[in-house]
Amino acid sequence: MNIEMRGINKSFATNQVLKNAGFDLKDGEIHALMGENGAGKSTLMKILTGVYSKDSGTILVDGKEVHYKSPQEAEKAGIVFIYQELNVLFDLTVEQNLFMGKEITKGFGLCDRKAMCKKAQEIMDRMGVHIPVTAVMSDLSVGQQQMVEICKALMVDAKVLIMDEPTAALTQSETEILFQVIQSLREKGVSIVYISHRMEEIFELCDRITILRDGEYIGTRYIKDITMDDVVRMMIGREIGERYPKRDVEIGAEVLRVEGLTHQKLFRDVSFTVHAGEVLGVSGLMGAGRTEIMQAIFGNLPVVAGKIYIDGVEVKIHNPRQAIAAGIGFITEDRKTEGLLLEKSVEENIEIANLGKTSRKGIRSKSLRTKLVKEAIEEFHIKCFGPEHECNNLSGGNQQKVVLAKWIYTEPKILILDEPTRGVDIGAKKEIYSVINDLAARGVAVIMVSSELPEVLGMSDRIMVVHEGKVTGIINSADADQEKVMTLATGGCLA
Amino acid sequence: MKNGTTATKSTKKIGAVIGEYGAFIALIVLVVLLSAINADFRQPSNFTNLLRQATFNGLIAVGMTCVILSDGIDLSVGSIFALSAIICAKLIMVGVPAVLCVLIALVAGTLLGGVSGVLVTKGRLQPFIATLITMTAYRGLAMIFTNGKPISRLAESISSEGGSFFFKALGKGNLAFSSNTGISFPIPAFILILVFVLFYFILNRTTFGRRIYATGSNAKCAKLVGVNTDQVKIIVYCISGFLSSLAGLIMISRVNSAQPTLGDGFELDAIAAVALGGTSMSGGRGKIIGTVAGVLIIAVLNNGLNILGVTSYYQDVIKAVVILVAVLSDSKR
Ligand SMILES: Nc1ncnc2c1ncn2[C@@H]1O[C@H](COP(=O)(O)OP(=O)(O)OP(=O)(O)O)[C@@H](O)[C@H]1O
Ligand SMILES: [Mg+2]
Repeated sequence: MNIEMRGINKSFATNQVLKNAGFDLKDGEIHALMGENGAGKSTLMKILTGVYSKDSGTILVDGKEVHYKSPQEAEKAGIVFIYQELNVLFDLTVEQNLFMGKEITKGFGLCDRKAMCKKAQEIMDRMGVHIPVTAVMSDLSVGQQQMVEICKALMVDAKVLIMDEPTAALTQSETEILFQVIQSLREKGVSIVYISHRMEEIFELCDRITILRDGEYIGTRYIKDITMDDVVRMMIGREIGERYPKRDVEIGAEVLRVEGLTHQKLFRDVSFTVHAGEVLGVSGLMGAGRTEIMQAIFGNLPVVAGKIYIDGVEVKIHNPRQAIAAGIGFITEDRKTEGLLLEKSVEENIEIANLGKTSRKGIRSKSLRTKLVKEAIEEFHIKCFGPEHECNNLSGGNQQKVVLAKWIYTEPKILILDEPTRGVDIGAKKEIYSVINDLAARGVAVIMVSSELPEVLGMSDRIMVVHEGKVTGIINSADADQEKVMTLATGGCLA
Repeated sequence: MKNGTTATKSTKKIGAVIGEYGAFIALIVLVVLLSAINADFRQPSNFTNLLRQATFNGLIAVGMTCVILSDGIDLSVGSIFALSAIICAKLIMVGVPAVLCVLIALVAGTLLGGVSGVLVTKGRLQPFIATLITMTAYRGLAMIFTNGKPISRLAESISSEGGSFFFKALGKGNLAFSSNTGISFPIPAFILILVFVLFYFILNRTTFGRRIYATGSNAKCAKLVGVNTDQVKIIVYCISGFLSSLAGLIMISRVNSAQPTLGDGFELDAIAAVALGGTSMSGGRGKIIGTVAGVLIIAVLNNGLNILGVTSYYQDVIKAVVILVAVLSDSKR
C-alpha cells in the first residue's frame, strides 16, 4: 500500500502546528519520520489515521483520495497506529487487551478464552517475547506493555504500520526482537512509518527518511545518501556541535551516601556515594532494579535495610515529603502517570512542585507564580502556547521539559533523573545535558539513570552498573567503554 | 482576514463563557421564567426564603465539592447531619450550655467525617465503600441514641436566656440591616454566603486548595512532588463532616427538634448540585462558583415548583430533566 500526504495544514485553536506538511510512503519500505519535539510528527500521523481532521490538504492511499473519520476506519483499510502514549487497559490481562473489540466467541457473545489465549500465545511466540498472556497489564514493565501494544497491531492484518517512538521504553534485546519483526513485516510487503529520536536506530533500520521542522515539510532522502549530521541540520536548521557538552567542574565533598540498601526482593545491598558537582550515571538492563533503587532513596518504596547519609548525617526517609525536605529531587521515568498532572496546565504543574516559592503564608501569589512560570518556559524553551497550555497537548519532549523545570526550581541538593531524555529530540537532549551540567556546576549531586549507553558514557563522571538488583561495579567513565558497561550489566566480571 | 480571525476568536470566547458559566445562565433563565409566570415567586421575601432553604444543601455541597475535587465522594453527609444534630440535642437535654453543645457537635461532625478519610487513606477503601459504611453506621447510631424517637422542645430546655437566644438565632435569626425599613436577612443564608466566600478563597487562593486539585488530578504525581495526599484526603472529609454538622445544627434550631431520620437522602442533592456546577466526578477539575449555581438551581426548582403547585412526583422528574440538560450542555465534560 502506498500513501501520499500533500499540503496538510492543521491548527489547534489559533496555533498552526502543521503548515504544508506531507510525506509519501512506498510499498514495503520502512520510512523514518524525524523532527524536533513538537515538529508535528505525531499530529501528521494522527491526521492520516483519522484521530484528528485536517484543515486542508490531500491524502491519497493507492492513488485514491481518502478521508478516514476515525482510527477504526483507518484500521479497516489496513492502517494501524501504535501510539506514542500507550493505550492499554491496565486492569485487564494481556489476552484481554489483545482481543479487546475483536474477541473470539463461541456464539451468543460467549468468549472463547481458550482459543484467545492460544492465539495470543502464538503471537507472543512469533515475536519472541515471553510475557504470560494471563498476566495483568499493570503488573508488566512499560517495555512489556509496549510489546503487547505491538502484538495487538500485528493481530490485525496491517498493510501500513505506524510506530511512534516504539523503542523509547524497550530494552536492548526487546529492541532487537522488534527490529527483526519489523524487517520480516517489510519482506511481507507491509509498509512501516517509524518515528524515533534515536538516530542510530533509524540508520540501522530505515530505507528513507522524511524530516519535519516546525510543522513544515523539509525533505525526504534515502538513508544511504545521507549522514547523521545532515539529518540534524535539516531537523534544527543549524549545526548542533558536540553532542555531549563538556563540563569542567571541580568535584566537591560527598553529599549522598547510600549503604546496604535492601528491598525485600527487588534489590539488595546497594551502596554508593555521590559528590557535589558530580554526575553519577546508572546503567543496567531494563528491569535490573535501577528505578526501584531510586524510588527507595526518594522514600516512595519501602526497604528492609540500609542507611542513607546526606552531608554525612544519617537521614530517615519514609516518604517523598521527607526526601524533598532533605534536599532530594526526583524526575520519574514515567512522566505520563507519575511525572505530570496531565490534564492540568504547564503553570499548575510547575506551581504544585514549588508551592513554597509561589505563595506567602499559604496564600498563593499571582505575581510570584507568573514570574516563576514565565522564567521556566523561557529558560527551558518549553514550546507551548503559554502558561495555560494543557500538558496533555504538549509534545512528548516538551512534557519532559516541564517535569525538569518544576524540579529544578525546588533547588535540590541531590537530583535523581530517571531516563531524563526518553522521547526527547536531539536539540532538546543537548539542552537537558546543559541543564545537568549547570546543576553540577552549582554543586548539585546528580544521579542519572539511563538506558542509552552513549548518553551515560558521555555525561557521567562515574558509572554505576546494576544487574538483577545488585551493583556489579562502579567505574570511572574515563576508563569505561560500551563493552565494559555491558559486561557488568549482564552480570559478567571485568578482567 | 484579520477581522475574520477576531470574529472567530470572539465567538470562541462566547462559547467558552457559556461553557464556564453554563450553570449560571441556566439559573438566570429559570429565575426569569418563574418570575414571569408567577407573582408569588418574584416577591423579595420569597428570595430570602429561598436562600434560607438553600442553606442545608448549600453547606453540604461545599464540603462535597472539596471531596469530589480530591477524587472522592461522601455519602455519609446526611447521616452526619442527623448524628451531630442528635448529639447537640442530647447535650442540651442534659443541661450543657448551648454554645458548648453546638461546639461539641461541630467537633464531632468533623471527626465523623475524618473517620471516612482515614478509611479511605489508611484503610485503602474506595471512597464510595468507605462512606457507604460510615453512612450506615452513623444513621444506626443516631437511631440507637434516640431509640428512633424525636427529641423536641429544644429551645425551651435551655436554661440560660443567652444560650436559648443563641440557639434560636442559628436557624431562625435575622440580621436586621436597619430597623426602620424592616429589611432583614436570614442568619443561615448569611452563614452560607460566608462559607461560599471562604471556600472560594481556600480553593483558589491558598496552597492547600492547589493540593486538593493536584491530589484529585493525579495523586501519584502529587505525592512525588511532596504533597501529603493522605492528609489532604483526610482533611477534605473533615471539612465535609464539619459543614454537614453545621447544616444539621441550623436545621434543629429551625424546627426546634431533632429526629434521627434527619437529612436522609441529602447526599444526592449535594452531589447533584456539584455535578450541575460542572465539577468533574473524577476529581481535579471544578469550581466552587459552579457549585453555588448548582445549589441555587436546585433551590429555585424546589421553591418554584412548590409555589406553582406541581406535585412532588412531577417535581422529581422535572429536576432530573434539568440536571440532565445542564450536565449535557457542560462543555468541559
Ligand atoms: N490536541 C492538541 N491541542 C492543542 N495542541 C496540540 C494538540 N496536539 C498537539 N498539539 C501541538 O502540536 C504541536 C505538534 O505536536 P506533535 O505531538 O505532533 O509533535 P511531535 O513531533 O510528535 O513531537 P514529539 O517528538 O515530542 O512527540 C505541538 O506544539 C503540540 O503542543
Ligand atoms: Mg510525538
